[in-house]
Amino acid sequence: MITRLRIIGKSGLDWLSVCGRSCVFLAHSLCGVPNLRKGMPLLIKQLYALGVLSLPIIVVSGLFIGMVMSLQGYSILVDYGSEQAVGQMVSLSLVRELGPVVAALLFAGRAGSSLTAEIGLMKATEQITSLEMLGVDPLRYVMAPRLLAGFIALPLLTLIFNVVGIWGGSLVAVDWLGVYDGSFWANMQAATDFKIDVLNGLVKSIAFGFVVTWIAVFQGHDLTPTSEGIGRATTKTVVYSSLAVLGLDFILTAVMFGDF
Amino acid sequence: MHSKTLEVTVGLFMLAGLASLVVLALNVSGLTLSQSKQSYTVFASFENIGGLTARSKVTVAGVGVGRVVGITLDKDEFAGIVEMAIEEEYNQFTTDTTAAILTAGLLGEKYIGLISGADDEFLAEGDMIVDTQSALVLEELIGQFLFNKVNE
Amino acid sequence: MQDGTANIIEIRGVSFSQGDRVIFDGIDMDIPRGQITAIMGPSGTGKTTLMRLITGQIKPDAGTILVDGENISTLARNDLYRVRRKMGMLFQSGALFTDRTVYENVAFPLREHTNLTETMIRDLVLMKLQAVGLRGARDMLPSELSGGMTRRAALARTIALDPEMVIYDEPFAGQDPIGMGVLLQLIKLLNNALGLTSVVVSHDIHETASIADKLYVLSQGKVIGAGAPDELMNSESSMVTQFMKGEPDGPVPFHYPAHDYFDDLLGGGAL
Repeated sequence: MITRLRIIGKSGLDWLSVCGRSCVFLAHSLCGVPNLRKGMPLLIKQLYALGVLSLPIIVVSGLFIGMVMSLQGYSILVDYGSEQAVGQMVSLSLVRELGPVVAALLFAGRAGSSLTAEIGLMKATEQITSLEMLGVDPLRYVMAPRLLAGFIALPLLTLIFNVVGIWGGSLVAVDWLGVYDGSFWANMQAATDFKIDVLNGLVKSIAFGFVVTWIAVFQGHDLTPTSEGIGRATTKTVVYSSLAVLGLDFILTAVMFGDF
Repeated sequence: MHSKTLEVTVGLFMLAGLASLVVLALNVSGLTLSQSKQSYTVFASFENIGGLTARSKVTVAGVGVGRVVGITLDKDEFAGIVEMAIEEEYNQFTTDTTAAILTAGLLGEKYIGLISGADDEFLAEGDMIVDTQSALVLEELIGQFLFNKVNE
Repeated sequence: MQDGTANIIEIRGVSFSQGDRVIFDGIDMDIPRGQITAIMGPSGTGKTTLMRLITGQIKPDAGTILVDGENISTLARNDLYRVRRKMGMLFQSGALFTDRTVYENVAFPLREHTNLTETMIRDLVLMKLQAVGLRGARDMLPSELSGGMTRRAALARTIALDPEMVIYDEPFAGQDPIGMGVLLQLIKLLNNALGLTSVVVSHDIHETASIADKLYVLSQGKVIGAGAPDELMNSESSMVTQFMKGEPDGPVPFHYPAHDYFDDLLGGGAL
């Protein structure tokens, strides 16, 4: 009995210490005057690794999701004779919810896990320690560019996801299912508001980018530098960031769209 | 990877992202770059506003001329007062203009349709439209239908 | 550069435990300037932990560690990085940055800490690579290098900023005889030519004894032997001689503690 209580207590304390460490980690990595001349090339390299290399999966997924939404939406709306509303259905679902959330989940799986594995491997081969020994702060040199690149890349990827999805939706609806081109776009434009829908979706993706990248980089930095340690940490990154994205999504949606 | 190619690719990526934002703004949400037009306020009183909300369209012959700005309750008459913002260039509504709450499509949202009358004077800032047609309430329609049926 | 103290590192009364395990129990060590000092001991005695204590990566539970006169465990972050620039560390795996060429790796500390122009950096990098014999391999990636070459490249990077001291972490582990010979010669050469202090952490006795000026033998959290290699070979302590001569049985027993052999065989599993 006492042992069980001890275990619960210890897990609680461990969890708290992880939260604390991750906040200190974030503060050390990002606070302070950035050295633009030296930091820029690192940032660009990470933007390439996280952003550009995630484009294939984002674009393909966006396309298919947009097409499926259009197809499903049409099949439901056509019973009410409202198939011209399929445009606004696709656009609102994508821009408000599916775009930010799905892009964030894909990003967590692809870029997040690769970040954790890469940093973990650097830790295991003592590259992080040798940076410290060479007098370079690994938090500013290795972690900060990756954090910033993630914060910037995910919103951009979400925007691209949305556009590709809507285009895919229009392909299915207009070119295949015969929805009138004019009403498709007109209804969509009437129903989608820039400030309420597009910008809120963008705010969501910025929040998601922050959370996913933070979790991924911290897990890489904090793991035990063995092969099982790296494997466990990579799994943790994907699981925790996915849960965080979904939880944060609910909170943000309630705040943004929930004034009933 | 050569750093120059890297930088170009990243630059293209960022441009693609920003371009997406522009596309979303213009094509998807219909953001107009024009200045917000000057408008004047006109009120209308309805027995039942149905599902009309703020930001609903105000149209004439189907053409959008303004927006619903606010909906309040008239405590004396227990009628719904709808405040509309009509664009300045459409300032030739006669004082006997009628306002009706219509539905766009079967499941569509409610909007206000204005039909101009034959008076000499025009609606000005703060005027009230009295000749109104309330929204169709389904229950009343069914009740009427049944009533008519019974009478046959 | 402080030429005052004769010892570049002074360890006094340092104790360190990890959980319940006591790793160090009040040890004292002096690393003299300009010489090759070896720290040796059986596996698991905490040689890596000692290195991390010296470089300030971890703090001791008790005692002081003076590096060039400064107590490294009490330094703030910026001062710590400043003192670390006087130290170089060669890791067992080399720890080269895998995404850059050998040239880029050696140039890294120069680019980060100095404002030298690219041409000057190029000259320095080539000189360091020449010293370790890898000038021709400068455009290769770490994945293309052999184990010995990786270590030499890492060594070139370590001496790029001309530190006062270099710590070698198990430099001879897993090396073939030629690789071993190369490293031995390099360590000696760098020590004498550049006036470096070298600290070699290893358990390869013959190689280390052949170049070290002073040896420390650690065991079970204490220093059990200190002095010149010949002295320790003929030491009175049986633990030291067992280690130095590589005897399989002695104070460090061959058999892991277990029950009586006879009872175990006949008892059939009941412990």
